[in-house]
Amino acid sequence: MDQIELRAVSFEYTANGRRVLALSDVAFGVGVSEFVCVVGRSGCGKTTLLNILAGFLTPTKGEVLMDGKTLHGRGLDRGVVFQDFAQLFPWRTAQRNVEFGLEMKGVPRDERAATARRFLTLVGLDKFTGAYPHELSGGMQQRVAIARALAYNPSVLLMDEPFAALDALTREDMQRLLADVWRETKKTVVYVTHNVAEAVYLADRIVIMTPHPGTVKSQITVTLRRPRDPLSIEFLEYQKRVVADL
Amino acid sequence: MFRASATLGLRRAAWGLAQLAFPFVVVAIAWEAFAILGPFPPRLFPRLDVIGSTFVRLIATGILPLHALDTILRLAAGFALGGVVGVVVGMLMGRHRWAEDLLVPVVSVGNPIPGLAYAPLFVLWFGLGNLPAVLLVGFSATFPVIVNTWTGVKAVKDIWIRAAQVMGAADRQLFRKVVLPGALPYVLTGLRLGLARAWRVLIAVEMLTSVSVGLGWLIFGAREFMNTDVMLAGIAVIGIVGLALEKLVFERIEQFTVVRWGMMQR
Repeated sequence: MDQIELRAVSFEYTANGRRVLALSDVAFGVGVSEFVCVVGRSGCGKTTLLNILAGFLTPTKGEVLMDGKTLHGRGLDRGVVFQDFAQLFPWRTAQRNVEFGLEMKGVPRDERAATARRFLTLVGLDKFTGAYPHELSGGMQQRVAIARALAYNPSVLLMDEPFAALDALTREDMQRLLADVWRETKKTVVYVTHNVAEAVYLADRIVIMTPHPGTVKSQITVTLRRPRDPLSIEFLEYQKRVVADL
Repeated sequence: MFRASATLGLRRAAWGLAQLAFPFVVVAIAWEAFAILGPFPPRLFPRLDVIGSTFVRLIATGILPLHALDTILRLAAGFALGGVVGVVVGMLMGRHRWAEDLLVPVVSVGNPIPGLAYAPLFVLWFGLGNLPAVLLVGFSATFPVIVNTWTGVKAVKDIWIRAAQVMGAADRQLFRKVVLPGALPYVLTGLRLGLARAWRVLIAVEMLTSVSVGLGWLIFGAREFMNTDVMLAGIAVIGIVGLALEKLVFERIEQFTVVRWGMMQR
């Protein structure tokens, strides 16, 4: 059974007096521990879709099921990583940022410090637990954000182009790191991106969306063995297939 | 090697000190020149050595510290009042639409009015002495604190709120752990402006509400006997206290919080 199931999800909003259909009849499922990338051009509603999954928005039609139950609002069963580096709290050190979710859950101090350090180690930042966000590079900040989203142990990780603002080399490192983290933690991941190579590198399955209104055009299951080689012919074949549908 | 770098450091420190002192030296020379060549008799425009010796004498006899202490206590009381009210009201305005709608017009009108304009009213309402002085200081200080706190709450980044909500922060936790620290750079700016206003209005109001002791009163009283040296010594203390509050209190707090967090450059 799918952990997340979108059933004919539509989302409509009003801008300047005009009604805009951002999503129309979007339907797909995400299995337990599956890594699904949602790919599409800007304006295809992929961020709207993620906001619905995160619980910031409610579908105007259709519904989202999570573990078989209709999704209502936000919940600690989902962790979110945004694109914006500013998502970290500047007044907290890396470790205290990662502790935030545990703090909200009422986890005792020692335990949350230990957990936070464990997840910072997982993303390779064990030497930077005491650093403030502004002392870290963009890539490191996003790693802290990933650790923060994982630390309170949600079963689903939602990611909105977390590496889009990074330079190309750092982005590749981050993708490798995320693939490792995913293998370690076995979270269910919904990852939104417009970067085709990124999607082919990371995903078990790619959901391709097209704009006006945002609809699912096709889905491609990626069967390449991991770790994947972005320079292999098979990898490029997948990229071609995705691009053809965009 | 060590000695060489030590003398270098010493030289650098001396140079820094000289740079800091230079503007004051220029002002001092201009003052002396005016005192000697200018139209005022020495009684009205005393030379620096006279002011200096009066300053030392007034400190040694405990007169200046006594007045300064009273003024500082009054400032602390008034500023604490204005600061607390300002932060609370500013937060309310930033967090609740009704408070914003209700108070923005009031604050916008009240903010630009110099606090001193209310002094006669406060005297009529609260009599003479400490009470009207403290209340007026608090009243004047509160406006910049309100405006900046309100702006600060509005400037709290949406993404911080969203990130915190995703991690399960309820309203109260959101306020304490995100809005409060997020708005801090603005709140500190507001407090700093409020303190500057409080300090200004306090000195003036001491002249009007006939408090028994205080720097404002000292300066005002000295006029009776044309003790210009006493007046200038009092003014010097006002400058020193103001500078000390800025450097020792506000810069320290900022250094320890918003500057360390990279939310404000220094």
